[in-house]
Amino acid sequence: MNSCYIHSAVSISAQNSFELEFLELFEISGKNVEAIAPNYKEYISPMVLRRMATGVKMGVAAASKALQNANIDKPNAILTGTGMGCIEDTEKFLNSIIANDEEFLTPTSFIQSTHNTVGAQIALGLQCKAYNNTYVHGALSFESALLDGLLMVQNEETKNVLVGGVDELGTEFVDYVRMLEDQNPNGIKVPIGEGASFFVLSSEKKHNVVELLGIKTSSKLSIHSLQNELIAFLSHHHLKPDSIDVLILGNNGDSFDDYYDEASKAFPQETINLSYKQFCGEFYTASAFGLFLGCEILKSQQIPETLLQHKAQKTSLKTILLYNQFKGRDHSFILLRQC
Amino acid sequence: MSELKQELKEKIIDILNLEDLSPSDINNNDALFGDGLGLDSIDALELIVMLDKDFGIQLTDPKQGKEIFKSISVLADYIAEHRKK
Amino acid sequence: MPNIEKNKARKGVAITGIGIISAIGNTLEENRISLLSSQSGIGDVTQIKTKQASQIKVGEVKLTNDELIDQLNLPKDNNFTRTALLGLVAAKEAVKNSGISIDASIETGFISATSVGGMDKTEIHLKDFPSKRETQKYVSSHHAGDSTQKIADALGINGFVTTISTACSSAANAIMLGARMITSGQLDRVIVGGTDALSKFTINGFKTLMILSDDVCTPFDEDRKGLNLGEAAAYLVLESDEMTKNKNVLAYLTGYGNANDAFHQTASSETGEGAFLAMQKALQIADLKSSDINYVNAHGTATPNNDLSESMALTRIFGEPMPDFSSTKSFTGHTLAAAGAIEAVFSVMALQEQTVWPNLNFRTKIEETGLEPTSVLKTKNIQNVLSNSFGFGGNCSTLIFSKR
Repeated sequence: MNSCYIHSAVSISAQNSFELEFLELFEISGKNVEAIAPNYKEYISPMVLRRMATGVKMGVAAASKALQNANIDKPNAILTGTGMGCIEDTEKFLNSIIANDEEFLTPTSFIQSTHNTVGAQIALGLQCKAYNNTYVHGALSFESALLDGLLMVQNEETKNVLVGGVDELGTEFVDYVRMLEDQNPNGIKVPIGEGASFFVLSSEKKHNVVELLGIKTSSKLSIHSLQNELIAFLSHHHLKPDSIDVLILGNNGDSFDDYYDEASKAFPQETINLSYKQFCGEFYTASAFGLFLGCEILKSQQIPETLLQHKAQKTSLKTILLYNQFKGRDHSFILLRQC
Repeated sequence: MSELKQELKEKIIDILNLEDLSPSDINNNDALFGDGLGLDSIDALELIVMLDKDFGIQLTDPKQGKEIFKSISVLADYIAEHRKK
Repeated sequence: MPNIEKNKARKGVAITGIGIISAIGNTLEENRISLLSSQSGIGDVTQIKTKQASQIKVGEVKLTNDELIDQLNLPKDNNFTRTALLGLVAAKEAVKNSGISIDASIETGFISATSVGGMDKTEIHLKDFPSKRETQKYVSSHHAGDSTQKIADALGINGFVTTISTACSSAANAIMLGARMITSGQLDRVIVGGTDALSKFTINGFKTLMILSDDVCTPFDEDRKGLNLGEAAAYLVLESDEMTKNKNVLAYLTGYGNANDAFHQTASSETGEGAFLAMQKALQIADLKSSDINYVNAHGTATPNNDLSESMALTRIFGEPMPDFSSTKSFTGHTLAAAGAIEAVFSVMALQEQTVWPNLNFRTKIEETGLEPTSVLKTKNIQNVLSNSFGFGGNCSTLIFSKR
């Protein structure tokens, strides 16, 4: 079995994550928060750009920079995760069906509405004929893509795999989601967000890269079995709770944050607990931003100050565990190590 | 006729999101597809709907578009001859 | 051709159960009978109100949502979309057919495929969501993972569950991932397949591409006019070799390949490069020569573009003599994300019955290629079946099913 290293991590988010060398985070507020758009023309030709909705632009640009940073022209696989898919063009086409009563409809928004548009546009732009897959399983969309990538690098002799998570806000459906959350006193409190985070996984060991040790997903877990599951996952990788320096958690302010409280009880007091959705917003592939953050922390050996609740800095940051869930289901553990 | 050509140029820029172009950038005899303006088969489908919606011209076979959408001049001639609105 | 996997000890992937609901039947047996009697399920659209009704033919499942809800004993206040209903019927049948019981003793995974998720409900209720409380339960059922979660929950599967959406090759990729989870030792048992209900959204979408036929589709025919959309669901129970010691194995999944055509967002390249690469990879994984394939269940949508491109790719892979090939979309219509699973079940049935399913409505060979599909039911020795699924975005996948 090969080891799997993360050669690059690039994120477009509500933060200045795409352009900045080191992350300075600021808290976001509002119902929905857009990602900060880079200058897409630097990454995408105008004839292609003219058809692209936000998510496709974000995905293609983030993927392109991730490949650049890893010095790769064509990956051996392209794996994309998206929870809501191309909701902007889906809404556009659906609304034109409703408004025009099924007449005078044009194809562009339909063509660009399929969930695999981002993965397809990346392949088309690179002329990359390799394995290409798109995962669309709610809060496990990105994790499924990552798991497939890990499987390829560790077990199937694949050298370089491009993996990413992308979701766009859209303009209508998101308001209904927000409305229902706001009606519920136990609903999601952070803004709904959007973004694209892409990574290059590789079997090649390089200086100062992050190793992706493992990932596990569960459709359902009871809160009572959570600690046991976490400990079993760690011991599968020959680790104990006290070997984890930082725990990155997906708190979003809803009542299911109880799961994160329960998880952190499995770890000693010194373990640093961080949450990130107050910076990127909640969306199905927000956890890809969490992974980006984990990679940044391990590479820089620093934690952005706004993230720290106590000043208790650890001297060395070697091992990070990420835990995310959505509404008490779709749980994921991701394990990272500096090497 | 030159009014129709101007109208078509504006419509094409608008419908196909050719943000960086203005009508004066498109010559009447430029090829719209391939090496000229660089339009493709998806654009052809968009233009087929425009013909139906704005001029009452219905094409049933997308292949017909190949001849009709050769250039602004060819398209304007075709519309002038076949338009129902 | 080098075979990097050849020398590695890979676990074999056995198929121990299948389940299906489609335009040609609500059960496995009904589907089998329709195939054996060359009975197509394509007709007029009845379940969806659409202005396009008079200009299209579709492959509908012949049960209403209420009938499906009754059959599944769901509570009246459920928020199942038609996609989830069809999926649960087929997945339950696959579990029953395999005779497995899903419990804590063996982790069972579930990988499903769909194209537009809960669109069949969203398109009806979108404008009512802000004001009508009773419609709001369908906000959370829109995303593509929803039907998968509902089916997994109903089957009692809590571990590895995911959803794939690569347009019309989705289910083939779900089956492929399941096989890879087994060969790599991640899982010993996984249920794989796909489900897609017809929707106004999809009907109008394909209409704008001008590739819908107003008559029954005629795959691989010179005068083909386009495709018929369909709806269906199908699942397969995959188990590692060692799990099947005392079990009835229906067939083995021996090969799989995924490649991207990287040519155009919706059209296939003239040379069928993506299709060619997918078939080549699948043969390599199966360690088979192209001459070992006895029957090809083609993608064969009956659009001018697909059938020509796929014919070119078939010619490049097989040359002369071309094995028997047919498109069963002339029975079911094109069931989009479910198609790969429907045709996987038909491929397993072809091995069971030792029969090539006919390509209905064929008259004239395509001039450029001169290929003739098998157009009548044909019984013969079949050891290996190759099945193709291609989708928008250049996503091409191939699966190979074998008797051993």
